[in-house]
Amino acid sequence: MPISKKVLDEVALTEEEYNLIVEQLGREPNLVEIGLFGSLWSEHCGYKHSKQLLKMLPHSSPRVLVAPGEENAGAVDIGDGLCVVMKMESHNHPSAIEPYEGAATGVGGIVRDIFTMGARPIALLNSLRFGPLSEPRNRYLFGGVVGGIAGYGNCMGIPDVAGEIYFSRTYSANPLVNAMCVGIAEKRKLVSSKASGKGNLLMLVGADTGRDGLHGASGLASRTFEEERELRPTVQVGNPFLEKLLMEACLELAETDYIVGLQDLGAAGLTSASIESASKSGSGIRIDVARVPRREEGMTPYEVMLSESQERMLAIVKKGCEDKVKAIFDRWDLRSDIIGEITDDGLVIIKEGERVVAEVPIKLLTTPPLYRPKAARPAWLVELQKLDLTAIPDRQKEAARVLLELLASPNIASKEWVYRQYDHQVQVNTTVPPGSDAGVLRIKGSKKAIALTVDGNGRYCYLEPRIGSSIAIAEAARNLICSGAEPMAITDCLNFGNPEKSDVYYQLEQSIRGMTQACQTLGIPVISGNVSLYNETRGEPVYPTPVVGMVGLIEDVDKLCTMAFKQEGDTVFLLGGSGRPDISASEYLELVHGKVGGMPFIDLDLEKKVQQCCLEAIRAGIIRSAHDCSDGGLAVALAESCIAGGMGMRGKWKTNGRLDAELFGEEQSRIVVSVSPPSAKALRALAEQHRVPLKELGVTGGGRLTIKDALELDLAQMADSWKNGLQRAMV
Amino acid sequence: MRFGILVFPGTWSDRDCHHSLGTVLKQEVEYVWHKDMDLSGFDCIILPGGFSYGDYLRCGAIARFSPVMSAVEEFAASGKLVIGICNGFQILCESGLLPGVLMQNRHLQYRCQWVHLRVENNQVPFSLKAQQGQVLAVPISHYDGNYYADDATLQELEANNQVIFRYCTPAGEITAESNPNGSLNNIAGIVNRAGNVLGMMPHPERACEELLGGVDGNLIFESIIDEVTTRRMGCVKPA
Repeated sequence: MPISKKVLDEVALTEEEYNLIVEQLGREPNLVEIGLFGSLWSEHCGYKHSKQLLKMLPHSSPRVLVAPGEENAGAVDIGDGLCVVMKMESHNHPSAIEPYEGAATGVGGIVRDIFTMGARPIALLNSLRFGPLSEPRNRYLFGGVVGGIAGYGNCMGIPDVAGEIYFSRTYSANPLVNAMCVGIAEKRKLVSSKASGKGNLLMLVGADTGRDGLHGASGLASRTFEEERELRPTVQVGNPFLEKLLMEACLELAETDYIVGLQDLGAAGLTSASIESASKSGSGIRIDVARVPRREEGMTPYEVMLSESQERMLAIVKKGCEDKVKAIFDRWDLRSDIIGEITDDGLVIIKEGERVVAEVPIKLLTTPPLYRPKAARPAWLVELQKLDLTAIPDRQKEAARVLLELLASPNIASKEWVYRQYDHQVQVNTTVPPGSDAGVLRIKGSKKAIALTVDGNGRYCYLEPRIGSSIAIAEAARNLICSGAEPMAITDCLNFGNPEKSDVYYQLEQSIRGMTQACQTLGIPVISGNVSLYNETRGEPVYPTPVVGMVGLIEDVDKLCTMAFKQEGDTVFLLGGSGRPDISASEYLELVHGKVGGMPFIDLDLEKKVQQCCLEAIRAGIIRSAHDCSDGGLAVALAESCIAGGMGMRGKWKTNGRLDAELFGEEQSRIVVSVSPPSAKALRALAEQHRVPLKELGVTGGGRLTIKDALELDLAQMADSWKNGLQRAMV
Repeated sequence: MRFGILVFPGTWSDRDCHHSLGTVLKQEVEYVWHKDMDLSGFDCIILPGGFSYGDYLRCGAIARFSPVMSAVEEFAASGKLVIGICNGFQILCESGLLPGVLMQNRHLQYRCQWVHLRVENNQVPFSLKAQQGQVLAVPISHYDGNYYADDATLQELEANNQVIFRYCTPAGEITAESNPNGSLNNIAGIVNRAGNVLGMMPHPERACEELLGGVDGNLIFESIIDEVTTRRMGCVKPA
């Protein structure tokens, strides 16, 4: 065979896959062609191991305009002729190798996915995972990633409004960097990425093409990596200024009727951009690589087609409109070149001048083999779940110290050190800044607002992937509800290890099942997403970490809600809860007792009732504050509402059973709310109507948080731990 | 009155200024492309925030060569009002319309947060409606806001009351802790000697609606509107 094993390795194709290509093509492919197959059949582009599982997720609702896989991002209708466009993507391996540029180009990629659709990006979010900050390398990675996100997003003028960050040993060698972007567009002006219409032209715009990023999709994103140095050249360097120009020019172009489509160049560069957009319309394409402007001399057709140079877009221009389109790009000082055209023969033909260097039916390239490996419930999981929790000491007298320790731990402490480095206000929409349950943006010209959050708990999913993933959906929805928003749609990013291993595949399969159950029960569709597999180093996979980005709608921006206690003398209630306090799988169990074990739990029907009740109460103006109980349990939720509101609380309820379970256990479906005393009756009635448990906890006010017989802490002391915990861990 | 908002490649506060002045304060507002040279018909020119030319080389160092900047110089020389916000302040310093320079923040990190500003001089067109010593809450968002000038320049600025805003505590004290970027003398905003060109790092256009956290930025824009519509136009009207 003319293609060596070394080349196959480079593009991450197996020999079986190679044989399949020869069989389907009816001949041996040449080097350029094998590059095309390697990219499009990669895990990153082809979803070989996940496609069949992803079909389980619900994708429809009356609001869904664009479902997964149809375009570069999903879209939902928010009324008034407007829609929200969103997507999340990982840039884990590039960030592990070069944290600043890896994270920066991750932001660049996801922003392109949004403005490609003709939507103006209005928000960025990120979900980050690192190893413990006690290790210098993790501090370097964390600082670099935050710097990269700030460097790119700030320059683009897109506010970073919400996010989450966790630290755990499992992510030490393989951090997770998931970036989400949200845009807004007029429904009728959404731009397609379909390359259709024989004779229409392919125009490449933006940066010149260089050798950077070769094999990013196949090599970096689709298998495990051991030697970071040899892969460093596969990480690109971002140019946010150029992307800002591209964005403004493309949004200007979207207002015209000069184009039939827009497609960004991301993973697998020109190959994936041109072939996937032609495939969506069943067309064919001709590309002349000699017309692609180069950054370097002597590049081969193979290199031009696989380069992942950043800040490039492909416009599918109506024949005859090319001069008008070029004029728009010229105004923004952007280089643009016609590099090919659309045909109707279903073939991709790549030429270098007059010489044909590749000719393949597009359908072959976009239908990779799909795998469904064996899934097996791992024996180690059973052991972890069986952890004897009665053997964990409940040190009742140390509750105050434990609360301070939790508040100061980087997983729970305020993330202000991070988000003050991100411009979270530009575009003047940010109504609730980062730091509450969800970020809230008003929609200019209307009474509406959208709430945004991103959630996931790798430890829960490690201990029970199905339930942990249900919880990720439930918690994201709960965060939106606490802001007064009705959840509308999900974008997800599934971060897992090597799916060819039966226990990892089990995690992936169970996780998608759990997400599906929660989506169905809560009635929220998934409209876009990304799968990142092979997140492992030296055989050790990261915790299975599905991350859920969610958008919700607030009909009246004056009726939004935050976690801060608002008024002294208000009554504090705990809404919801299954009445099964438990320290299983909790942050407390890991931080204080050094144990990861037990099983998370959620009753999705109860969750739905709690969320409906809370939303109704907020909309009716009954509730003054709402805060979801999550990491660190009830005590942390109360402390955060106190700190945010600048006032204490006197707890009056009687604790019983294990104090640590009651205060720090992470039982789901619970929301801490405060109401003015006259509204308490209305809340009780509403809870009864929804058949949701409601427990009176105490009264806001004073400068201390007291929980009867259990703990008493000064507000200032709690605030100091919570506000400075992360910064102190960085020194 | 009519505001002109300059748009350089990489500018992003242009749209925010347009919203706050046009939609919130109901003024006539127009964008001015950086290659345009005609500023006639405008009463006040705004150089908004952003990353003009990616902040490459040095913040504002490339934008100062944009064709529109020579028109801005003439506009300022004619006594009309110019306000540079954030990157606009940096461009004004680079172009020599204001003295000094904005260096990298002392802590070498980007900062986006609300800060407090003390009004040091309410006798210029940009602060007429504020009380002397009034404390305003306005957000900052920058990596390079650390104001620096040599001793002689600094003494001159202070002696001529050209420092308009200083970073302070919520109570109005000028302290090291309330200085978010290391600026000399806690300087947040200055005017030129003639008092018609203001440069400031904080973003008043982000503080124009209660919904977004505060309205103190309006005081600055309303001062400008008041100056132009009642005082300046009032002067030329026959009695």
